[in-house]
Amino acid sequence: MLATEGMEDEEKWLAEGIAAIQHNAFYMSRALDSDNLREALKYSALLLSELRTSKLSPHKYYELYMRAFDELRKLEMFFREEDRHGCSVIDLYELVQHAGNILPRLYLLCTVGSVYIKSKEAPAKDILKDLVEMCRGIQHPTRGLFLRSYLAQISRDKLPDLGSEYEGEGDTVMDAVDFVLQNFTEMNKLWVRMQHDGPVRLKEKLDKERSELRDLVGKNLHVLSQIEGVDLEMYKDVVLPRVLEQVVNCKDEIAQYYLMDCIIQVFPDEYHLQTLETLLGACPQLQPAVDVKTVLSRLMERLSNYADSSPEVLPDFLQVEAFAKLSSAIGKVIEAQVDMPVVGAISLYVFLLTFTLRVHPDRLDYVDQILGACVKKLSGEAKLEDSIATKQVVALLSAPLEKYSDIVTVLSLSNYPRVMDHLDAGTNKIMATIIIESIMKNDTCVSTADKVEVLFELIKGLIKELDVTATDELDEEDFKEEQNSVARLIHVLYNDEPEEMLKIICTVRKHIMAGGPKRLTFTVPPLAFSALKLVRRLQGQDGDMAGEEVPATPKKIFKLLNETIEALSSVPSPELALRLYLQCAEAANDCELEPIAYEFFTQAFVLYEEEVADSKAQVTAIHLIIGTLQKMTVFGVENRDTLTHKATGYSAKLLKKPDQCRAVYACSHLFWVDDQDGIKDGERVLLCLKRSLRIANAAQQQANVTRGSSGPVTLFVEILNKYLYFFEKGNPQITSSAIQSLIELIKTEMQSDATTPDKASDAFFSSTLRYVQFQKQKGGLMGEKYGSIKKFATSVSLIFLEDLLGWVS
Amino acid sequence: MVLVLALGDLHIPHRAADLPAKFKSMLVPGKIQHVICTGNLCIKEVHDYLKTLCPDLHITRGEYDEETRYPETKTLTIGQFKLGLCHGHQVIPWGDLDSLAMLQRQLDVDILVTGHTHQFTAYKHEAGVVINPGSATGAYSSITYDVNPSFVLMDIDALRVVVYVYELIDGEVKVDKIDFKKTTTQSAN
Repeated sequence: MLATEGMEDEEKWLAEGIAAIQHNAFYMSRALDSDNLREALKYSALLLSELRTSKLSPHKYYELYMRAFDELRKLEMFFREEDRHGCSVIDLYELVQHAGNILPRLYLLCTVGSVYIKSKEAPAKDILKDLVEMCRGIQHPTRGLFLRSYLAQISRDKLPDLGSEYEGEGDTVMDAVDFVLQNFTEMNKLWVRMQHDGPVRLKEKLDKERSELRDLVGKNLHVLSQIEGVDLEMYKDVVLPRVLEQVVNCKDEIAQYYLMDCIIQVFPDEYHLQTLETLLGACPQLQPAVDVKTVLSRLMERLSNYADSSPEVLPDFLQVEAFAKLSSAIGKVIEAQVDMPVVGAISLYVFLLTFTLRVHPDRLDYVDQILGACVKKLSGEAKLEDSIATKQVVALLSAPLEKYSDIVTVLSLSNYPRVMDHLDAGTNKIMATIIIESIMKNDTCVSTADKVEVLFELIKGLIKELDVTATDELDEEDFKEEQNSVARLIHVLYNDEPEEMLKIICTVRKHIMAGGPKRLTFTVPPLAFSALKLVRRLQGQDGDMAGEEVPATPKKIFKLLNETIEALSSVPSPELALRLYLQCAEAANDCELEPIAYEFFTQAFVLYEEEVADSKAQVTAIHLIIGTLQKMTVFGVENRDTLTHKATGYSAKLLKKPDQCRAVYACSHLFWVDDQDGIKDGERVLLCLKRSLRIANAAQQQANVTRGSSGPVTLFVEILNKYLYFFEKGNPQITSSAIQSLIELIKTEMQSDATTPDKASDAFFSSTLRYVQFQKQKGGLMGEKYGSIKKFATSVSLIFLEDLLGWVS
Repeated sequence: MVLVLALGDLHIPHRAADLPAKFKSMLVPGKIQHVICTGNLCIKEVHDYLKTLCPDLHITRGEYDEETRYPETKTLTIGQFKLGLCHGHQVIPWGDLDSLAMLQRQLDVDILVTGHTHQFTAYKHEAGVVINPGSATGAYSSITYDVNPSFVLMDIDALRVVVYVYELIDGEVKVDKIDFKKTTTQSAN
């Protein structure tokens, strides 16, 4: 509990000090009120004696100092009015030196000195010089620092600055600068000496106290920066060299770090730019423990902002070769500080890069140079493991992306991928994702195969397994997200020239094929569609053009597609592969390439037969097969027959009866294409419909057996609609009497006790009948056609069903 | 007045990277009361995006959707209209109006919304309307050439529905308007 006791003691001492100051201030005020100079000097000296204490920490001492400071202001006012005390300022200056103790004496001397300068009865420089010399009398760090800080405070507005009333007659800016520099030097010495202030005290506490006082020292630099007369030349020739001399010579790491930072913050940017060499030259001379990296980064940050502030200053940067100087300074610091952690070096490069991107956006070689230096630093290490360093590298690599917002520019940086190589697999992926995001955000189009090659090299962390030994299970969602972003990326790799586009496709293909089965399901579809888009562009321009061999032909692309999709089917991802094969078949159809279209269908059928096992997946697949086949126009009779035969076969073999029924009636469309040249085989349409009716009937019976009631009649209504469809299309095999029969059949079924009532089926049937009615009323040919269907037939019999099925059974 | 956004066949990321930026800036949360999507989104990210536009989201399954739990068809009632939703790859021949009309009768709906062809269409058929909002990303289609990105906004008010079609043609959004009135005979059902 020693510390708390110490603090309580300090509070007590401070309270006592304040009380004593107040006590003497009271009498001083009274003396001032009665214009009694002697009494005023007596009590003010007593009051100031309280500042002689060594018991207080700088923080508490400051409180005491402020009390005394306020009282001294009143005293100064009194000194100024000569008629009140009847003593000339010269005499006063002598008089106060009689004070018994040195500290009160010097405070009083400074106070009178301020009045003396103001009176202009002696040159300001002489008085200032006298004061700054006299203050050497106090060598106790805290007391000395506060005294000199008082001197700085009262003299601030009395410096013989340019344009100031105290300038002239031998008083020059130089004197002002000399005075402040001297006070600064002395203060810094006192401050530095604090660290030797008795070994009993804890270093940590001491450092804390020191840092509390640092602004008193730094204030001098601030004053220097405010002096009008300190122009660039004087700064360059006098101020900076002398300040740096003190900084370097004090050999104290806390002081050096603080003062370097202070210099950077208080003086104008253009001064820094013009004295870059001097400033940077001091860096290697600082103590090894000084955080030069932060100092440099602050400087670069300031300069970057300065460059940003106005385009007019940019020529200055070029003129002084700021980049070369900064770059070489950083190199020296990194070289000198062998122990500097990687993160330190990298963050320096990040700042240099930020600087370069702002000042020399056109100098990609600078950017590459920085990245190269980074590679050099990193190459000593294995993969980066330090997470903060990794973050810095990500920042380093992200900066050019943000600046140029164009991946194509970044792709030209030869060292970019080399830096990425030093990232661990996880961060490499993050960086790859950032690159893709940047491309997508900026709508960049990567338009040559060479660039695509470099790009895929950059994002290889997402394209293939980099670390085969990695055992950690990747989060499924994260993996999906990553791969989907790669899929998206493939759409922006585009060139109008078919030849180059094909090269791009081949490049992408080469990379994604190395991705392993897990990735193919994500990457193959976008590639396939990219290729299909190219096919469409080439459609109709196949073959030899003017005897020359055309490099990009649909045939070539189809070959590529076939091989690519095949890889997908072995993943296995048969359903996706089947869909893509069908897409290709349609594209081949449009290119009038029958053998190729047939080949794709064959592949799709093989997959259907061998790989698609799930009954629900089969239903979707068969609808896609029928839908695609229905649109094919390229097939000759033989091929067409083979394929339609297969498709109807598959349809009838689906697991669930209702699915069978629907697929089979859908097949009817394979024999009736409502085009001018389309196939119109009415008999086979009818065959399909009858077959589906039989299946619907079987489904009803099955429901009867298993559930004791019939299923909904919806299948019959669906078939009825198909009858109506072909009836309208003019299929002679579909007669109005057959439709009539079907309507009766459905009515019978619906009225049967065995049938489960179903609202949806009822509504479907009603709307179908309403449709018949609607068509009847429409008049014209269609109305006439429909006229033969009676809505309210009376005869109800199952014979109709027998009749309808007669053909197939 | 109720606003219903109808869209589909985005095919992200198989055939397109994303929705057009112009569409994205038009589709802001809070203005739309229902979103109906015919399918082929194809990934969860797109589902999540649509959900941000409006929590009342109805989706049917396209043949490329990774989510297998979307239903094949769906019906919903908005105001006095009954809407039916289906992707459309199940309706053969694809995009055939007469065949779609059969689905409309089957679902017993006033408005049937389907996709698959990537071709915007809106037909008045019998007493109802058959709409295909096209592909919101202008995705490649084996059926339709030169697909422009499009979606449909339906303004449903009592017995009237105004269909606004937004189509992106050469970087410019063109809007078309089609008016439909529901005949009361249908609603007697």
